[in-house]
Amino acid sequence: MAQVTLRKIVKEYEGGVQAVKGIDLDIADHEFVVLVGPSGCGKSTTLRMIAGLEEISSGDISIGGNLVNDVPPRDRDIAMVFQNYALYPHMSVFDNMAFGLTLRKFPKDEIRRRVDNAARILDITPLLDRKPKALSGGQRQRVAMGRAIVRDLKVFLFHEPLSNLDAKLRVQVRTEIKKVHQTVKTTTIYVTHDQVEAMTLADRVVVMNHGIIEQVGPPQELYHHPATRFVAGFIGSPAMNFLPARVEDGAVHLHGGAVLPIPPNRRERYAPAVGRDLLFGIRPEHLTDQRLGLTNRADILITPEVIEPMGMETLVHFHLGEARDCCARIEPTVQAAPGVPLMLTVDMNNMHLLDAATGRVL
Amino acid sequence: MASNIAMAGGAAAPRPGSLRRFARARSTIAFLMTLPLILIIGGLVVWPAGYAMHLATMNRRMTAYIGLENFVILLENDTFRMVIFQSCFFAIVAVLLKALIGFWLAHMLHHIPTKGQRKWRGMLLVPWVIPPALSTLGWWWMFEPSYSSINFLVNAVGFPSIPWLGSPWWARISIIIVNVWYGAPFFMIMYLAALKSVPEQLYEAAAIDGASSWQRLFRITLPMMRNIISITVLFSLIVTFANYDIVRVLTNGGPRDLTHVFASYAFQVGVLSGNIPRGAAVSLFMFPLLAVVAFFMLRGINARNKEMA
Repeated sequence: MAQVTLRKIVKEYEGGVQAVKGIDLDIADHEFVVLVGPSGCGKSTTLRMIAGLEEISSGDISIGGNLVNDVPPRDRDIAMVFQNYALYPHMSVFDNMAFGLTLRKFPKDEIRRRVDNAARILDITPLLDRKPKALSGGQRQRVAMGRAIVRDLKVFLFHEPLSNLDAKLRVQVRTEIKKVHQTVKTTTIYVTHDQVEAMTLADRVVVMNHGIIEQVGPPQELYHHPATRFVAGFIGSPAMNFLPARVEDGAVHLHGGAVLPIPPNRRERYAPAVGRDLLFGIRPEHLTDQRLGLTNRADILITPEVIEPMGMETLVHFHLGEARDCCARIEPTVQAAPGVPLMLTVDMNNMHLLDAATGRVL
Repeated sequence: MASNIAMAGGAAAPRPGSLRRFARARSTIAFLMTLPLILIIGGLVVWPAGYAMHLATMNRRMTAYIGLENFVILLENDTFRMVIFQSCFFAIVAVLLKALIGFWLAHMLHHIPTKGQRKWRGMLLVPWVIPPALSTLGWWWMFEPSYSSINFLVNAVGFPSIPWLGSPWWARISIIIVNVWYGAPFFMIMYLAALKSVPEQLYEAAAIDGASSWQRLFRITLPMMRNIISITVLFSLIVTFANYDIVRVLTNGGPRDLTHVFASYAFQVGVLSGNIPRGAAVSLFMFPLLAVVAFFMLRGINARNKEMA
């Protein structure tokens, strides 16, 4: 087990396209870090560079304190779980899991012991003699994890391991991955484009966009204190609402005309922003019909365009001034209908103000 | 009364519309659609094969049934025993070399970028698209002992001229060289397709698991290609075993009938020497040999197909 350090990592392809633009990242021993971002953000390339499957154009990668820039994948003490599982179709489950150990000439009884142990952890003991073709998607995924576990390595790398599973199985395997990490405690780097996976699995989430790291932090911190508009919009579903606004006289003036008083404890923080073009950011769950217990709130009247009952909550879509497709979360018991005005409350303690030009959260 | 009639009619005659249902059944339609092919195969393969079996049991004049005597005479004949050896030697060595060279070429091609790959693939396929009788004629000129290009090169590097088609072993080697030159591109193109179908992630997983490039070749690539290898080897074995044109054009079975294979010998005995029943018996010798090989190879392919995705 070990820490992983990335220093000024750049990946440039032929023709000068930069997939990764000089990122720095420190991953601690035993930590579960999730790289998340949209397609083409450089997260997969970063993972493949850590695995040694992709050469780095410049920068340094260390695993367990050793520089591994020129070390081939097999000597990096890593294991990787691929999106398509990459199980060897001509080998049994046992042979798939034992392959790495066989190549390293482990004694037969040691191989048997380790495979049996991993199979027990993953609950796949009855499947050991089967070929991958005879397994379901979830079982294949577990075998792929087993292949990583048996080798008792420094770092586990997961590359979108749940993408090929259906929604129900995804939740189940996600929980299993978390359980396995709690049992095995190997440093884990996990790549996904799904922010729910990132939030639920990670000790720390690394949000990437256009080849750079936007923000690194624990899931709750990213959720409550995003650093940029990209992070604020990417984390959380439905996404945060962004409304063009200005700050004047201790209140946020939305372009649509609504005036929302800023909580007293934030007034000083937002003082330098007075008069600038801003974005007022508020998550749908902080724009609700719930008024009880809110210390700093402001009410706005909206006209719902679309109502989406979800069972445990109802999503209300509306537009407010220039901002199209705003979203609010209300109690399912509230009778809302398209076109019928509805009074909503903004929880100002959870508001965000962003610089419209730079996208930085103030 | 009326119900009696209806009952009697229902029990005795076929149910109304059952013929129409039979004609409309998917299996019937499928059978009818494949019927022309079945007739062609029956006419061009089954009937001649059956006729050859019938002929092989006849006397030279084809007037009397003589049982297996033609086969007994052939097995007692030294020349025919040599033909069995030469056919097996030729087919096995040539197929092995074609498979090895084809795999090597495919592996090389697989590792060059797509743009250049197409050019090389086209050039390397040329031997396979030239009619073999024609290209063998070219080789025949090149093997000519006195003034040909191959011996010119052999002399240039300081060796004496080689009697390519004049000495039995050199003639056997020459036939194999031409057959390999002609057949290796087929293996190459099949193996190239097979190599492309192996998912890249398997190699990446193996690289992380600790496999060297040789281990990747032997533990991933070859097992993943086993079915294609089996099918191409089987197919090529059948075609090579029954090869006729190269031997006919290059050596015509000579020197001293030592380079004959089944097909050329069957032609010599049956057509040139006018003993059609014995010629048919020669050609029938290939059948049991190939049937056994085909049975085991196809069984292996089937088993692997079932267990691999």
